[in-house]
Amino acid sequence: MAGEEAAVGSSVEAVFREERGRLLASLVHRFGDLDLAEEVASEAIEAALTHWPTEGVPSRPGAWLLTTARRRAVDRLRRDRVLATRLAVLQAEAERAEPAPPADADRDLPDDRLALFFTCAHPALPAQDRGALTLRFLAGLTTAEVARAYLVPPATMAQRLVRSKRKIRDARIPFRVPGTDELPERLPTVLQAVYSVFTEGYAASSGPDLQRTDLAAEAIRLARILRRLLPGEREVAGLLGLMLLTHARRDARTGPDGAVVLLDDQDRTRWDHAMIDEGRALVLVALTGGPPGPYGVQAAIAALHDEAPDVASTDWPQVVALYDVLLGLIPSPVVALNRAAAVAMRDGPEAGLALLDELADDPRLRGYHPYPATRGDLLRLLGRNGEAAAAYRNALTLVGTEPEREHLLRRLASVTAD
Amino acid sequence: MKYMLLFMSPVGPDGEAVDNGCTFEDWIRFDRDIKDAGVWVSGHPLQDLTTCTSVRVGPAGERTITDGPFAETRELLGGYDVIDVPDLDAALEWAARSPGAVGGGWVQVRPIAEIEMPV
Repeated sequence: MAGEEAAVGSSVEAVFREERGRLLASLVHRFGDLDLAEEVASEAIEAALTHWPTEGVPSRPGAWLLTTARRRAVDRLRRDRVLATRLAVLQAEAERAEPAPPADADRDLPDDRLALFFTCAHPALPAQDRGALTLRFLAGLTTAEVARAYLVPPATMAQRLVRSKRKIRDARIPFRVPGTDELPERLPTVLQAVYSVFTEGYAASSGPDLQRTDLAAEAIRLARILRRLLPGEREVAGLLGLMLLTHARRDARTGPDGAVVLLDDQDRTRWDHAMIDEGRALVLVALTGGPPGPYGVQAAIAALHDEAPDVASTDWPQVVALYDVLLGLIPSPVVALNRAAAVAMRDGPEAGLALLDELADDPRLRGYHPYPATRGDLLRLLGRNGEAAAAYRNALTLVGTEPEREHLLRRLASVTAD
Repeated sequence: MKYMLLFMSPVGPDGEAVDNGCTFEDWIRFDRDIKDAGVWVSGHPLQDLTTCTSVRVGPAGERTITDGPFAETRELLGGYDVIDVPDLDAALEWAARSPGAVGGGWVQVRPIAEIEMPV
């Protein structure tokens, strides 16, 4: 009996994971208010937790949840005239703005999530909160889970979400899919929000908090949803590809003691080859049929690493060529730094070092530990151990996470041993 | 929903707005477009900073009147329009189309606070 209950319980959880974002989007579309949507979605889920274990999961769980939530919302609006009036005005304005989007014929619920993606990642919202909003409303995480994802206290995260929701409501950030002409300007912030979730997961996946590898998986799930909703957008394919091709190496990234293992030293048999194949197919989509975007190019670079049996046989000329393209799209010193490292692999450490020296005075690289760390590696390869040690020491003053520190200390020891 | 578009410019060394390259005709055209679209509520250009006076009232009710903006100003409000549009995207679209958004200038978009006044 207990076993059966647990089975129903876990299937209920699975349904919520999948349906919560969809449910919230439908409710926001219907009522135009994030708070009301959150509130009645939680109530509907609570009702499901009470009813489903005894009555069984309904055949159309999404529709059941939506109907229940809508009833609760209507009840709320009957009791709260002020809210009702405000939402009625909102609704009238929304209809003035544009007609309702068509329903998704394949499902028991219309899919309103695309509009919500654009709301959560609206450029009028603070950049650091767009990922959190996307996790909350599209990935369906609870506020506590979002807080854990960003390693901040739940109260802090709740405050940030409240502030952004207030701006969405009071400045009336719309709940709509931008027109084709606006898409090139607006899609990048959505992609950036999803990618920020992924990199957040990666920044610490080598640390003690294993929760965060899940965060990378959440970002991939979000990108898959986005890919289904915008199948014609090649940069969406590029983003999903990039994340898959990076995440494919997750098991090889940390050693048994939790230490970070760099790409050069990873056991490539531990890479997830199914994920790599999927990522490579997406690179083809991303790079075919027009000029490439930054995610497509980064995915292509990741694919070249993933395809190589070892570091030496990596197609470095092609990697450098792709970095040239990327530098044209994103003229940032971080891209230039990565390009210099690739040039060092193609033409030797001396050539890479010359390029690094050109970047030495860039203020945007000040405090960026990969710069002195890369410099140390190239100097070490040239046998200039004293200078290499100085570069590693410099990097050590800048690096934050423990596994990275340990890696640098090992490198430092290797150039100061004798 | 009403929004105020505030047309801002950086202040040059002469203490006046830096010329953003827009002509009087550009503003006339924008004014016509925004009125033809039926979204314009009110708005005015403002005279330059030379004509600006600030007044402050202290704790004892004493008035201090000073020439110019109160503090050393780095940004200057050159004029405003209030528009009535469905949402922030529509307001941002009008802001971006205004001559005030180019050449170093920018447009602040502020929702109007609708407060019901007691009669």
